[in-house]
Amino acid sequence: MAKLLKHILLDILNNKIVIVYTIVLAAFSWSVFGLEDNTAKGILTLLNILLLIVPLVASLFATIYLYNSNEFIELLLSQPVKRSLIWKSLFAGLSGSLSIAFLLGVAIPVLLFAELSTALVMIASGLFLTVIFVSIAFLANVFTRDKAKGIGLAIMGWLYFALLFDAIVLFLFFQFADYPIEKVVVLLSALSPIDLCRINILLHLDVSAMMGYTGAIFRDYFGAGGGLILSSTLLLLWAFVPFYISLIRFKNKDL
Amino acid sequence: MNSSRVITGALFTFLLTSLICPARAHTIKVGPQQAISSITQALTMASNGDTVEVNGGTYKEGNIIISKSIALIGKSRPVLDGQFRFEILSVKANGVLVSGFQIQHCGQGTLDDPGAIKVYDASQVRIENNDLVDNFFGIYLQYSHHSVIKNNRISAKQTIENQSGNGIHCWKSDNLQITGNHISGHRDGIYFEFVTESVIWRNISENNLRYGLHFMFSGSDAYFSNLFRRNGAGVAVMFTNKVTMMNNTFTENWGDAAYGLLLKEISDCTMIGNRFLKNTTGIMLDGSNRVYMEKNLLKGNGWGMRLQANCVDDTIVRNNFIGNTFDVSTNGSLTLNKFDHNYWDKYEGYDLNKDQIGDVPYHPLSLYSVVAERNPPAMLLYRSFIISLLDKSEKMMPSLTPANFVDPHPLLKPLPL
Repeated sequence: MAKLLKHILLDILNNKIVIVYTIVLAAFSWSVFGLEDNTAKGILTLLNILLLIVPLVASLFATIYLYNSNEFIELLLSQPVKRSLIWKSLFAGLSGSLSIAFLLGVAIPVLLFAELSTALVMIASGLFLTVIFVSIAFLANVFTRDKAKGIGLAIMGWLYFALLFDAIVLFLFFQFADYPIEKVVVLLSALSPIDLCRINILLHLDVSAMMGYTGAIFRDYFGAGGGLILSSTLLLLWAFVPFYISLIRFKNKDL
Repeated sequence: MNSSRVITGALFTFLLTSLICPARAHTIKVGPQQAISSITQALTMASNGDTVEVNGGTYKEGNIIISKSIALIGKSRPVLDGQFRFEILSVKANGVLVSGFQIQHCGQGTLDDPGAIKVYDASQVRIENNDLVDNFFGIYLQYSHHSVIKNNRISAKQTIENQSGNGIHCWKSDNLQITGNHISGHRDGIYFEFVTESVIWRNISENNLRYGLHFMFSGSDAYFSNLFRRNGAGVAVMFTNKVTMMNNTFTENWGDAAYGLLLKEISDCTMIGNRFLKNTTGIMLDGSNRVYMEKNLLKGNGWGMRLQANCVDDTIVRNNFIGNTFDVSTNGSLTLNKFDHNYWDKYEGYDLNKDQIGDVPYHPLSLYSVVAERNPPAMLLYRSFIISLLDKSEKMMPSLTPANFVDPHPLLKPLPL
């Protein structure tokens, strides 16, 4: 596996897009903190990058890379290597390289400028989102052989989680405003990894406002102590369930 | 001749009076090593104007009643213990001084409200430099005038709101001075009911179950330079008028019904130079009229200010709103209050003529603060992309938020507060 992983990592580095991604992220975060004298505002800007750009790049890059390595995968399959090993190495290589890019680009300035607890939550969220959307890209890949369709699926997934989901939840809020829906809302938010990450960061960033009634409920569920374990578990599930489904399909797929 | 007679006369009267009234400052010493070992005994011996000096040690004498104008002074901090059964010191005479004691473990009871020091219908009482530990009520004043409560440390560990007492409780009193006390762990730190013309200055009130400071039906009072921190529900000024609040700090009051400062049904109040930091809601104004707010700092709060639609003629000028999740929110579409010359860190306008005043009026009410006001769980969607988009378009063309909720002259730079 190590040999395979090394090969994939080198290939991704050769691609140079990951390097550009690192530089862009770094430029963005440094300039955000450098321009704003108010760190809190800088973090808000970064939050938007984190919640929109990171998932988008992760899912797009992973999908396209997977489709482009179709021939490479077929070549590997002719060798005495287990199918699952190939798929796992690809996953590890892609999420690993994108995570390193994120760490180099965002983690350093955030650690330098933001409060430690907020910074750690942001970094963890970014890493989770990277892995989760790579995993979703893997799922999109096994569902269709057509490249355009696959990329389309990945973009749809991103659009759904980044924009549509919140709009639907907001709509439900207004429709069911007369009912006690707090717990349902908490449950709903678990259905979107971006929302889970956003709320976890919110609990640190807007701590005073989140001390209100709803925030208190959410803190009980996801915020402190056992809740933190629960929300991390959910995020882990988001990271590995789509990949696992794709792994099963990949094993039995007729290539 | 005539003048020397006057002098001898005066001398004679002086001698006479000093013979009739023996030395005024009589001091009675109490202590384990003294002839008198009980405070109660010393009090029966004392007469008006005497000093009772109590030496170190623990005194468990049940309820000690002071019915003469004396000074009760503790040397090397003697302990008065109520064994959780008695009211400890009952002051029933004018001009009493109580100083230098540790008074602990007073009895409980919601019927007669026992206090560590309770003052009944007595004026010019001074209570200074005492440590009050684990009492039901700390210092309780009723029908007291011109009294001073100064530099006491009052602490308790109460947990149940309806079975706990207040740190400093004042009822039907006037002209009080409450200065330099530190109060924690009671129900309300300082409680005023029907108290007028009084001053609260440089106290610290923290970790109390309900309010750090609570005004009910009390008018013409002022509080300056106090610190209210981590109280269950912050500070409340209710059903009151003409209260002056200056240079106080309200911080870390967290919870759904917790406010840095709650103003309810009040009028003609002045707030200058206060700091509201990291509260769930900095200031809540409900049914408050003619409140004047100037040079206050509202920083890092969830809601800087909640101005309910039933407030009329409030003036909010030259304040700093920095780093609040929502600067202002309201619950209706009617706005009869005036905002002017405030600094808002979320202001995005420009200043062409460089007079440090933004050329575009600022609408401080964000769409989402209105949504969250009507529908609190919606807070969970805050800072998501779709909400930011909605907020931006609402800023351009207000439809849900009242259009006249506006600061016509927002400042470009924060005031030096």
